[in-house]
Amino acid sequence: MLDVSILEQKAKEIRIDVIKSLKEAGSGHLGASLGLADIFTVLYFYELHHKAGVSDWHARDRLILSIGHAAPVLYVSLAHSGYFHPDELKTLRKLGSRLQGHPALCYKLPGVETTSGSLGHGLSIAVGMAISMIIDKTSHKVYCILGDGELQEGSVWEAAMSAAHYKLDNLVAIVDRNEVQIDGNTSEVMDIENLEEKWLGFGWDVLECNGNDIADIIKSFNIAREKTKPVVIIAHTKMGKGVPEIEGNYKWHGKVPNSKQAEKFIDAIINT
Amino acid sequence: MFTNKGNTATKIGFREGLVEIASENKNVLGLGADITSSVGMDLFAKKFPERFFSFGIAEQNIAAVAAGMALSDKIPFFSTYGVFATLRCADQIRISICYNNVPVKIGGAHAGISVGPDGATHQALEDISIMRTLPNMTVLSPCDANQTKIATIASVKQVNGPCYIRFGRAEFPNFTDENLEFIVGKGQVLKKGSDVSIIATGHMVWEALEAAKFLKNKSINAQVINIHTIKPIDKELIIEAAKKTGAIVTAEEHQIYGGLGSAVAEILSQYYPVPMRIVGMPDCFGESGKPNELMNKYGLTAKNIVQNVMDLVHPL
Repeated sequence: MLDVSILEQKAKEIRIDVIKSLKEAGSGHLGASLGLADIFTVLYFYELHHKAGVSDWHARDRLILSIGHAAPVLYVSLAHSGYFHPDELKTLRKLGSRLQGHPALCYKLPGVETTSGSLGHGLSIAVGMAISMIIDKTSHKVYCILGDGELQEGSVWEAAMSAAHYKLDNLVAIVDRNEVQIDGNTSEVMDIENLEEKWLGFGWDVLECNGNDIADIIKSFNIAREKTKPVVIIAHTKMGKGVPEIEGNYKWHGKVPNSKQAEKFIDAIINT
Repeated sequence: MFTNKGNTATKIGFREGLVEIASENKNVLGLGADITSSVGMDLFAKKFPERFFSFGIAEQNIAAVAAGMALSDKIPFFSTYGVFATLRCADQIRISICYNNVPVKIGGAHAGISVGPDGATHQALEDISIMRTLPNMTVLSPCDANQTKIATIASVKQVNGPCYIRFGRAEFPNFTDENLEFIVGKGQVLKKGSDVSIIATGHMVWEALEAAKFLKNKSINAQVINIHTIKPIDKELIIEAAKKTGAIVTAEEHQIYGGLGSAVAEILSQYYPVPMRIVGMPDCFGESGKPNELMNKYGLTAKNIVQNVMDLVHPL
């Protein structure tokens, strides 16, 4: 029996290291990394078939972080999984670091599958990988994390159309539905609703979950794995989740805490 | 000297080269963008249906899908008209293909103004400029159908990373053969000369050879160099040509800004400045017309090369 509380504790540790690394970096995006911490915990410590020591293992599942600005939560998850020593998290965004501001393949950080940071590419890359797996007759999967604001990019829907066309049952997309983007609420900046109907209309199966509830996320992945066509999980999250004073506040999309704030934020995470 | 073995569209070379390299290398995939036969991918699709994937009219998707396949140890080719292949999905090429530095091969069809009656929307005249500014990208611009076939094969065998291959639709002289050694990054001296070097690419290479014949009657001994690789460009050969002949005329079926002429000028201005002229598409859009009418109107003929050479070698 899976002990959800162990994963909840892991998600707290990931949030704390996200805050520490961003404080150290002095710039970056806190909101999405905190909001996605539960999903990343489930992915790296439950869902993904991967081997930290063998990052080029041919039969691994692929995780594509299409929203490259959430790089900190990816880096922290990789470090906690054993891909590299957590000390390296302190180099985030610094000159010569393998932890670039947005993930970059050429710096050869183990566990990074692709460069990302320009929105609207990730789902297409995931489609290319999913088709390659079918050519190679392998049974692993591709997971792609999209932002909800990112769905405003037309190329995402080109990719969605092609995934359904090729009936890619080895592709799972996760939409980080936190309802905010840099300019404000997605409903005001450019409304993306009705999201469920959109994905259904493009030929996908749609699941919804509370993206900040470990048990609910696990439930969705368990269902998604059995689907016979591409499936999207619309994961309702809160930007900045874990730190009540910034939760849901779009102003924390591209902000980082100073030392004092970081201390306060970490206390808040420990005490919840 | 070279003789024309019959006018052929350079896209035929891409068509045949793609099938040949795919027969040798099972990782080669083909991605279609609705105009499969028009860009010369139909033969591949017919011979290797299990390796051909249709993506419809969606260039941004096709470019990043190709990147995903290349990240999975495949060697995907996607081809569409050069205008769309380079500009509609420029960001995907920059980030997902070039920054990832993966072996995606892009066929830029309908290059140059010789596309003809379709008009300016379909005439790729900025593609070299866009592609050569991207780090990790190799840019090939072969001179005839035979060389386009060789270049297509070389884009897999000689280039590990991203590669753009430029080719056209209209029929132009086919004059090279497999005995002409093709090394990516190395220019080819097709005719030796001492008075001026004509450095050309694509369809303009034949025009350069014709210009050299005409100049011989004027007692001007012109050297003709084919630059089939715009990037990485053969810097040594270009400097050597400047030192030997003291004057350079470049010729390309592409905008004068950012293409072969610019690449040559970047080298000469820094390392060995000599008088130079750039023959290319003036800073404007094309229009509908027959290929030869357009080449004439926009100054892309042997005659225009001759005029520019005379301007340098026999100044008034």
